[in-house]
Amino acid sequence: MNETAAMQVSDEVAIDIQGMNKWYGTFHVLRDIDLTVFRGERIVICGPSGSGKSTLIRCINALEEHQQGSITVDGTLLSSDLKNIDTIRSEVGMCFQHFNLFPHLTILENCTLAPIWVRKTPKKEAEETAMHFLEKVKIPDQALKYPGQLSGGQQQRVAIARSLCMRPRIMLFDEPTSALDPEMIKEVLDTMIELAEEGMTMLCVTHEMGFARQVANRVIFMDAGQIVEQNEPEEFFNNPKSERTQLFLSQILGH
Amino acid sequence: MSDTHAQTVAFVRHTEIPPAPPPPGQTGAVKWMRENLFSGPFNTIMTLLGVYIVYTLVVGIFPWIANGVWGVDNIRECREITQGNGGACFAVIEQRWQQLLFGFEYPSSEYWRPTFAFVLLFVAVAPVLFLNLPRIMLAFTGIYPFLAYFLIWGGTILIPITALLGFVVGYFAFRRLERNSFAAGLFGAVAAALITWWVTGFLVQAAPNFLALPEVASRNMGGFMLNMILGTVCVSLSLPIGIALALGRQSHMPIIKWICVIFIEFIRGVPLITLLFVANVVLAYFFPPETSLDLILRVIIMITMFSSAYIAEVIRGGLAALPRGQYEAADSLGLDYAQATRLIIMPQALKISIPGIVNVAVGLFKDTTLVSVISMFDLVGMIRGPILSSTDWAGVYWELWAFASVLFFVVCYGISQYSQWLERKLQTGHR
Repeated sequence: MNETAAMQVSDEVAIDIQGMNKWYGTFHVLRDIDLTVFRGERIVICGPSGSGKSTLIRCINALEEHQQGSITVDGTLLSSDLKNIDTIRSEVGMCFQHFNLFPHLTILENCTLAPIWVRKTPKKEAEETAMHFLEKVKIPDQALKYPGQLSGGQQQRVAIARSLCMRPRIMLFDEPTSALDPEMIKEVLDTMIELAEEGMTMLCVTHEMGFARQVANRVIFMDAGQIVEQNEPEEFFNNPKSERTQLFLSQILGH
Repeated sequence: MSDTHAQTVAFVRHTEIPPAPPPPGQTGAVKWMRENLFSGPFNTIMTLLGVYIVYTLVVGIFPWIANGVWGVDNIRECREITQGNGGACFAVIEQRWQQLLFGFEYPSSEYWRPTFAFVLLFVAVAPVLFLNLPRIMLAFTGIYPFLAYFLIWGGTILIPITALLGFVVGYFAFRRLERNSFAAGLFGAVAAALITWWVTGFLVQAAPNFLALPEVASRNMGGFMLNMILGTVCVSLSLPIGIALALGRQSHMPIIKWICVIFIEFIRGVPLITLLFVANVVLAYFFPPETSLDLILRVIIMITMFSSAYIAEVIRGGLAALPRGQYEAADSLGLDYAQATRLIIMPQALKISIPGIVNVAVGLFKDTTLVSVISMFDLVGMIRGPILSSTDWAGVYWELWAFASVLFFVVCYGISQYSQWLERKLQTGHR
C-alpha cells in the first residue's frame, strides 16, 4: 500500500508554507511553520490538544488569518485579497469535527448548494454530481432527508461528499472522527482511505494512528505551535526521534 | 434480572421479550382527569374554583349578548328596549359600521376601493406566507403596493405606474452596475430611480386626470382601514430594514456597525408615543415650509423605525444562536458573504427568530392605535372621538370596545396561528 501510495506522489507542489507565524492576541499559536505538500501526498498531523494543528490547516483555506510568512495553494498566494481567498476555498475542500452540515437543507441540497452558487453549475448537472458522490460514500438513499435525521457517521460522510462535489484538488480534515461513536469511526475512515487511494492530496488532523499507518506517507507531530518532527509513518511510529514525540506516542498508544 | 444473579453472573438471552400493552387504567380520559384535574386536595380545589369562575363569567356575559339590541337609531331607543335586562346595544356597530371601518370622511361611494384592496392583500401576501404556491404569484406581490395605493388614495394611475417604473429602472441599473462593485450598483440604482421619477413627473403633471379615480386625502383616512394600512406597511418595511440593521450591527466595518448600534439603541430608548408626536409636530420644522410631507407617511416612517429596531435585536439573537461552524462551512465551500448570508445564515437565523418577530409584529399592529393621540381617527380614534361624543351614542362603551377588541384579536390570533404553523413546517429534525 505504502509503495503504491508513494508512486502517486508527484513533484508538483500543492501547498507551500514558508515562515508562517500566527498570534491570537499576544499568544503565539503557530511559530515559524515551513511545510511543503506535494500533489497526491497524504499527511497526518498529530499532537497534543492546543498544539496548533487545527489552526494550521485552518490557515490553509483562510478560516484563520496568519500574520507573518506566506501560504501558497496551487500557485495562488493567500493574501487579504478576497478574490484569491475565494479561489483557494473553491479548490480546497474541508471536513470539520462537528460536520457542520446545513440543517435547514436536505442532504442533496447540502451537496448541490456550492456547485450551483459558486461554480454556476446547472442544477441538473449539480444533482447528478451530488448523487455520484453520495453513492461513493454509500448513502444515496438518504439524499432527500435532512441532516438531523442521520447518524453522526452518515453526517460526516455527507460532509465529505459535499466537499467533493466542488471537485477540490486538496482535502483538509479537521479531526473528522473525534465526535463520533466508536462504531461509526470505521465507516468514515473507510471513506477517507478510499479517497486517499484515488490520489487525493489530503491533510488530516487526527488521532487515528491505524489510519496514519495505513494511508499516510508523512506524519507530522506538532507541539506548542511548532512542527517538532515529521517522518514516514513506519519510522515515525517505530523510531521516534524527539523526546516529546516519544512521550506523546507512549501516551496515546500505551493502552 | 434478579434471578440471573441467583446461580451465576454469566447470562445469555435466547428469546426476545415481545412488547406488551400498558396495564389498564394508565390511559384514557379518566386517567387524564385524575392526573391533571384532581391529583390532590389543592389541585381539586383549584379545579372547582376555576369551573366556578368560568360559570360566573358565562352567566354574566350571556344575557348581555343574548338580549343585545340591533336595528335602533340611538342609545335612548336602545335603553327603552333593554329596560334593565342587561342587554347590549349592538345597534351602534350596525349604525356606525362604515365609520368604524373607513373613518368618517372617506367618501361612501368609494368604499369598494379599500375593500377591494383588502381582498387583494390576501392574494399578494399568500405567496410570501406559503412557500409551496407558484413563485409567479410574487410578481403580483411586487405590484400590489402600487395598486393598493392607487385604490385607496385614488388620483391618476400614472403616479403608481411611474413610481413602479422608477423601482424597475433602479433594479436593472443595480443589476448592471453590481458587477463592478456593490456600492456602484447601489448609487447607480438610486440615481437611475431618481432621474426616472423626475422625468416622469412632468408626464404626471401634464395628464393629472389620466385614468383617475376620485382622490381621497390622507387626512380623510380612518377607522380600522387606517390600522390595517399602518400595520401592513410598517411590518413589511421593518422586516427587511431590521435584517439589514442586525447584519450591520455584526459588520466588521466600524462605521456601519456604529451607525446601526446608535440607531437601534436610540430608537429603543424612546417611547413610540414620543416618536409619533415628533412625526406630527416637530418633523415639519426639518423640511422647507412649502413642502408638506404627508402625515400618514410621517407616521409610517416613525413606526417603521421603531419596529425595525426591535426586529433587528430579535434577529441578532437568532444570528448569535447559530454555531460558528455554519459560517465556517459556508466559507470553506467558497460562498461569498452575500451568498452565505442569504442561503445559509439568514434562513436559519430567521427560523429561530420567528416567535420574536411575530411578537414584535403583533405588538406593532396593536400599537398603531396610538396614532389616535395625535388626532388621527383610526378605529380607537373613531370610537373615542366622533362616535362616543355624538348625541346618539354617548355612553355605549362596552359594545364599541368589545368590537374593537374582537377585530384586533382576530387579526393577531391569525398571525400567531400562522407563525406556529410555520415553525412546525420548518422543523427539520435538528435541535
